[in-house]
Amino acid sequence: MRPEPDISAGAAPSTEARADDTPGKTSAETPAQTSAEAPARASAEAPPVISLRGATASLGGRPVLRGVDLTVRRGEVVALLGANGSGKSTAVRSVVGQVPLSGGELRLFDTPSRRFRDWARVGYVPQRTTAASGVPATVREVVSAGRLARRRLAPPRAADRAAVRRALELVGMADRAKDPVGALSGGQHQRVLIARALAGEPELLIMDEPMAGVDLASQEILADTLREQVARGATVLLVLHELGPLEPLIDRAVVLRDGCVVHDGPPPKAVGQHALPGHDHVHPHAAHDAEPIRTGLLT
Amino acid sequence: MLEILDYAFMQRALIAAALVGITAPAVGIYLVQRRQAIMGDGIGHVALTGVALGFLTGANPVWTAVAVSALGAILMELIRWYGKTRGDLALAMLFYGGMAGGVLLINLSPTGSNANLTTYLFGSITTVSREDVTAITCLAAFVVLITLGLRRQLFAVCQDEEFARVTGLPVRTLNLLLAVTAAVTVTVAMRVVGLLLVSALMVVPVAAAQQATRGFAMTLALAVAIGVVVTLSGTVFSFYEDVPPGASIVVLAIAVFAATTALAAPLARRRARRAAAEAEEPCALPLPGARAAAPAPGATGAGGPDDVLV
Repeated sequence: MRPEPDISAGAAPSTEARADDTPGKTSAETPAQTSAEAPARASAEAPPVISLRGATASLGGRPVLRGVDLTVRRGEVVALLGANGSGKSTAVRSVVGQVPLSGGELRLFDTPSRRFRDWARVGYVPQRTTAASGVPATVREVVSAGRLARRRLAPPRAADRAAVRRALELVGMADRAKDPVGALSGGQHQRVLIARALAGEPELLIMDEPMAGVDLASQEILADTLREQVARGATVLLVLHELGPLEPLIDRAVVLRDGCVVHDGPPPKAVGQHALPGHDHVHPHAAHDAEPIRTGLLT
Repeated sequence: MLEILDYAFMQRALIAAALVGITAPAVGIYLVQRRQAIMGDGIGHVALTGVALGFLTGANPVWTAVAVSALGAILMELIRWYGKTRGDLALAMLFYGGMAGGVLLINLSPTGSNANLTTYLFGSITTVSREDVTAITCLAAFVVLITLGLRRQLFAVCQDEEFARVTGLPVRTLNLLLAVTAAVTVTVAMRVVGLLLVSALMVVPVAAAQQATRGFAMTLALAVAIGVVVTLSGTVFSFYEDVPPGASIVVLAIAVFAATTALAAPLARRRARRAAAEAEEPCALPLPGARAAAPAPGATGAGGPDDVLV
């Protein structure tokens, strides 16, 4: 398996592990610093993709974030862990501007969030809600919405349609493109939401509990999809309840507890995660019954 | 049958009816998608004040209704953003205020009476003037331009507003534009369907269409088709039977909804059967014990599952 993560140079070992996963890229990587993986090496000096400093936020008068620092460098895969109510969902929703910060500083791609307009570089996968939309929509229609960041008000072109098709193939849903999303299982629906984010060909993927209520087969497909994105140089920030099949991909874990960061470093070991403060174990296959899908407002 | 086209008033009524049949479902689909089907109703109530204002000032009621209902729709949209817990009460105030204001103003005006009001509340085929047709055509063109031209953007906003915001779409602008478009549609429809029943024509064709469709674009197309068919046939029915066209159109639309709902269930069952037949292979795992010794599938089918488990 991969080497023991080194805290002082968190991203570097995993970059090598990744290069091994993608044959053909290994030779190109070492001499030329221009390859897709190269930025990860220079991550220590380059400005971070996400930089959250002393972030505070409250929902309904209750403080949810109480001074959170979160840095995600280019090419990194960072997992945000914590129990229900620890503030991990609020943290990512504040990063994408959906929860206003009452204090602290947020920079995206080295731009103050207030002035950040380049949302096409960000692919967002919100927490899945079970509430169906009022009108039926096909899988392709939903995924095409992810392309709007790139083309704004212009009509779709061949490149847009190709990107949508690629995104559907990546998550293994190409054969379901014409099916209504209402007829999909939880795991398939989650794959569609990820395809929607991928359709915009983002540099930064932000996912809120992508594994919640997802069957094991879909979890494996999602892990493969994520691996491909990482291999092509994408930066990933994801909220997870437990590491599961994504564990080998994760460079760094940030653990929140009561709105504060209590751990920032190598991901906890498979056994160690059960010992996390406040960890309540939820099996993925049982998540449907064990834990109602939350809107994200309370977590 | 075709002799009704000889009457000029009937030609105007049918043009207006066809435009209503196109625009009302085209806007309504977004309201249904956002679970705000009732919004059209609210705008209808507010538009009544606009109509009365037209009578009071001597202006064409269509234009005053556009102005007042657009203001009302924008106000509703703002309440949706900022009003958190008391939003429903604020909307109710707007509904009742619009209705009461309309009745009050129209009785204050020298030319208006409750009789004119009825033609605006339930529609009338004989009162669509030449001016009205021009105004309705311009307004309908605006509605079609927005609802079809921006359908992908509006779809994204109504389907998942948070995702649309993160995508960088101008969500607030699009929401306001949709609210104004809904208000314009209400005034397009008020001559033919009437202000009290306009919301039905926004919602019922969409509800009928989605029984039979699987995608958004298809639902939109079918809803508009149903809308045009029911507005035209309802208007013709009103010509022969002398009932307010709004009533006959809405009853027809609900009949279509009932028909598609009745047809959809067996259709969906057949589709599911076909999908199951081509996608899934029957369970053919070799099982230990008694099941392995079970008879061939043909014989099992007759006996039922219990026999196999013995």
